[in-house]
Amino acid sequence: MAAAASPTSARTDRPTIVLIGHGMVGQRFLEALAERGVTETSRVVVLCEEPRPAYDRVQLTSYFSGRSAEELSLVERDFMDRHGIELHLGDPAETIDRAARTVTARSGLTVGYDTLVLATGSYPFVPPVPGKDSTGCFVYRTIEDLLAIEEYAKNVTTGAVVGGGLLGLEAAGALTGLGLRTHVVEFAPRLMPVQVDDGGGAALRRTIEDMGVTVHTGVGGKEITAGEDGAVTGMELSDGSRLDTDMVIFSAGVRPRDQLARDCGLEVGERGGIVVDATCRTPGDTAVYAIGECALACDGRVYGLVAPGYEMADTAAAAIAEQDTDGFTGADTSTKLKLLGVDVASFGDAHGASEGALDVVYCDSRAGVYKKLVVGADGTLLGGVLVGDAEAYGMLRPLTGSVPPVSPEQLVLPAGAGAPVALGPSALPDDAVICNCHNVTKGTIRGAVTEHSCTTVPEVKKCTKAGTGCGSCVKALTSLVNDELEASGVIVDKGLCGCFPHTRAELYEVVRTLRLASYEELLASHGRPEARDGDGCEICKPAVGSIIASLAPSVGADGYILDGEQAALQDTNDHFLANLQRNGSYSVVPRIPGGEITPEKLIVIGEVARDFGLYTKITGGQRIDLFGARVDQLPLIWSRLVDAGFESGHAYGKALRTVKSCVGQTWCRYGVQDSVRMAIQLELRYRGLRSPHKLKSAVSGCARECAEARGKDFGVIATSNGWNLYVGGNGGADPRHADLLAQDLSHAELIRLIDRFLMFYIRTADRLERTSAWLERIDGGLDHVRDVVVHDSLGLCDELEALMAAHVHHYRDEWAETLNDPERLARFVSFVNAPEAPDPSVRFTPERDQIKPDLTLLAGPTLPVRTLESVRPLEGTSAR
Amino acid sequence: MTTATATPTATEAATTAAADSPTVEILGPDGWLPVCTLDRLSPGRGVAALLPDGTQAALFTDRAGRAYAIGNRDPFTGAQVLSRGLTGTATGRPYVASPLLKQRFDLANGECLDDPSVSVPTYSVRTRGGA
Ligand SMILES: Cc1cc2nc3c(=O)[nH]c(=O)nc-3n(C[C@H](O)[C@H](O)[C@H](O)COP(=O)(O)OP(=O)(O)OC[C@H]3O[C@@H](n4cnc5c(N)ncnc54)[C@H](O)[C@@H]3O)c2cc1C
Repeated sequence: MAAAASPTSARTDRPTIVLIGHGMVGQRFLEALAERGVTETSRVVVLCEEPRPAYDRVQLTSYFSGRSAEELSLVERDFMDRHGIELHLGDPAETIDRAARTVTARSGLTVGYDTLVLATGSYPFVPPVPGKDSTGCFVYRTIEDLLAIEEYAKNVTTGAVVGGGLLGLEAAGALTGLGLRTHVVEFAPRLMPVQVDDGGGAALRRTIEDMGVTVHTGVGGKEITAGEDGAVTGMELSDGSRLDTDMVIFSAGVRPRDQLARDCGLEVGERGGIVVDATCRTPGDTAVYAIGECALACDGRVYGLVAPGYEMADTAAAAIAEQDTDGFTGADTSTKLKLLGVDVASFGDAHGASEGALDVVYCDSRAGVYKKLVVGADGTLLGGVLVGDAEAYGMLRPLTGSVPPVSPEQLVLPAGAGAPVALGPSALPDDAVICNCHNVTKGTIRGAVTEHSCTTVPEVKKCTKAGTGCGSCVKALTSLVNDELEASGVIVDKGLCGCFPHTRAELYEVVRTLRLASYEELLASHGRPEARDGDGCEICKPAVGSIIASLAPSVGADGYILDGEQAALQDTNDHFLANLQRNGSYSVVPRIPGGEITPEKLIVIGEVARDFGLYTKITGGQRIDLFGARVDQLPLIWSRLVDAGFESGHAYGKALRTVKSCVGQTWCRYGVQDSVRMAIQLELRYRGLRSPHKLKSAVSGCARECAEARGKDFGVIATSNGWNLYVGGNGGADPRHADLLAQDLSHAELIRLIDRFLMFYIRTADRLERTSAWLERIDGGLDHVRDVVVHDSLGLCDELEALMAAHVHHYRDEWAETLNDPERLARFVSFVNAPEAPDPSVRFTPERDQIKPDLTLLAGPTLPVRTLESVRPLEGTSAR
Repeated sequence: MTTATATPTATEAATTAAADSPTVEILGPDGWLPVCTLDRLSPGRGVAALLPDGTQAALFTDRAGRAYAIGNRDPFTGAQVLSRGLTGTATGRPYVASPLLKQRFDLANGECLDDPSVSVPTYSVRTRGGA
């Protein structure tokens, strides 16, 4: 990234391309230039008004459900450097001098250009009502807008959105998510007037109202009223009524940002938009292009969607590279709403405006489902509206313009109501566009598998970009990729290991339904034929051990993992109930629920550490790790800890680790709930729960999030109305912010949802698959998980809750159980033939007043190797 | 180092093994060395034995009741831990996977399955007596 060093950036010998606006389309344009090699032959300068490089505006609202500004970024970290592009952040263009071919930015920087590309996007239209500039009035377009809305919403209780279109409903969803009572005011007689018809609008209204949003249609905002401090107090409506509200978001449409073009005499449309031809070039100046939402395309339309903008970006880049292009002559305006819990999509000719168009409608007002397909006289699918059930969108949109292989009636009937065929992507022609955002056809996706040897959906996404825009096609993409893999004979062995052909989730089902609580039996009955007589392996043993432990009470197994056959399945950490360290010593972590500890207990930990000479360190999970214990010391250490009231912390297990907390409402002046009490309760509830991988959690007492709950497998954040539950977060090498699963839950609702979520994860995840990876992998992702655990779409919730109840009921402290049983203690010796002898190889040296492993003892030359043949047994020379 | 409570220690427990179980012996540098009774070994799980010259052996049994002994030292880390690994079978070969970095060692000939240039010593084992 180049800094604005000199006020005048001189023209170099290479031609210079200046891009004004680094939004979604601007970035796509840069990528298209790079793909065509133009960045190597030209100097490219970008003027970006916003303080950050291009980000995914389409997914803007997901900022509120946990995506960070960095995660929304569209620019690969080294993209600009790699292509030598000069990006000037926070420095908007102010004037264009077409005669001199220069652009001057706010900082005073002047850049000469050979080619100028305008990608300035739109600005939100704010109706000229009195009071529109009061404190508490916002628009919804940039990350900065969202930050301001989030901050203001902290201190108020009610919000109103002016405009009931696509964006207005997204904004309303965001306001309810922030805990506000929310109103939507729409001038047209129905919601989303542009996309849906009256029937769809009615079904949509019911769904939106069910979410707790109050809908006012057929009225407009006439005046915003403000108090003496200038802050919004309410809104007068056109029907004479009044709405009390503390804040207003205007979402009444957008207008092209064409002022720069107007000022330099370029032609603009009557209702705005920079006039361009089919190559996106301005007719009045062959050196200037306009792309994206600021352009008035040659079909006389300004497109407010990203897919047409991307097409324009490709078109302009091709024209600049002097390559052939089909040009941009118009585009599809299909949309799918990405609102929490609302399924709305419209595509093609949704209003049946084409001549001779006929409707096929399915409507179930009770369930809030409305589906309409528009077909031509010859059966061609022209478009449609889906409300309440947009499942079929991914399939129907690509079929638009063709005659579907089954009748339209069958396409709108719900599954199970006589719809005979599930229409798969195999029914689509190769030129059907699967990903609208990136214009990727079925043929291209198939090619990714057959020609580019992609074998997974993520690989295909990377290779084709399909599914990386709005995400609505991922389902269709997945089944297409799987079909193609199958067809090309790639056998994807999903088996857990060389011993079992099943996935972990399948083995879980086998154990659960057949109540098979023995590894040996499982291997003999379900192992691969060649593995059935063997001893298994180090991959499936702990995995099966964990499945049996998770299900122990319900399959009649002992919850104690170290007796009988189960003992032989555990990894060494579980086997010794401690964590193996590099020199063969172990570390010990007592449970400190919620990170709360009395001084007395703290002193006991200190005394134990001192008496056994252990290295002591505070962990990231708000507890204390004691390092350097020999195997034979573990029972002695634990008998002291158990006497003092400590329990195993399961730091050694694929199990619940800690539930971290901030200090919460009790002490903190910002806290809105008692986060410590909640964290302790959660930790005690789920302690000892064995799972496919470790589980971490945290509870924050307010939105400041000091406990970092969104970096956890399940994180809880207090709101003034209850608790928000986030899932699938992760720190470590592959960080991921957790996604919002449900909000404003009562205490009991929260516990019930976590019970279900954890048990569903344990049931369906792969071995060593954290919740973050699991959520990304499973079909339908977060939405599917929400359907299952919140809406009980699979009818599983009772069972999931019962499993958790059994776990809670049967929990016992593993260390107390071990200490009480001499047989169980027998393993805690360094040598079977010299139980009193400490292991001489476990030694320590001092460092910073504590110990560290003495690795010199381990580093010596490898012992001479003797093979079995060289040591013949000598009968009768027993040393006895 | 002190311990205040009267919890049974591992040492006491280890000496309470049944007397009528056969004895397992390892052939060390000074001849056959009895290490423990067979019932102290469970299939799939190892124990460590201290040999008279101070070296350590890791002792295992498989499901068929066959006993194996290899060096306890993990050549990749130097730590004496192989007895604490999990065992398995790969193409008919019994092995133990190091609990530290998971390399597998053939129990019969000591060869590392994941790096044939590395191996660990092996010891002859036999069982004697018992009721
Ligand atoms: C909440 C929300 C949800 C949306 N959902 C969808 C959806 O589901 N599907 C869909 O297809 N579309 C959706 N959109 C619309 C989509 O975001 C736009 O179509 C897309 O961003 C257009 O890209 P653009 O580059 O033309 O404009 P923008 O992304 O707005 O980028 C224009 C950039 O130019 C900058 N700029 C303006 N003037 C200057 C200047 N003088 N100098 C320098 N820089 C300047 C602006 O600051 C801005 O960063 C949504 C939009 C929002 C706000």
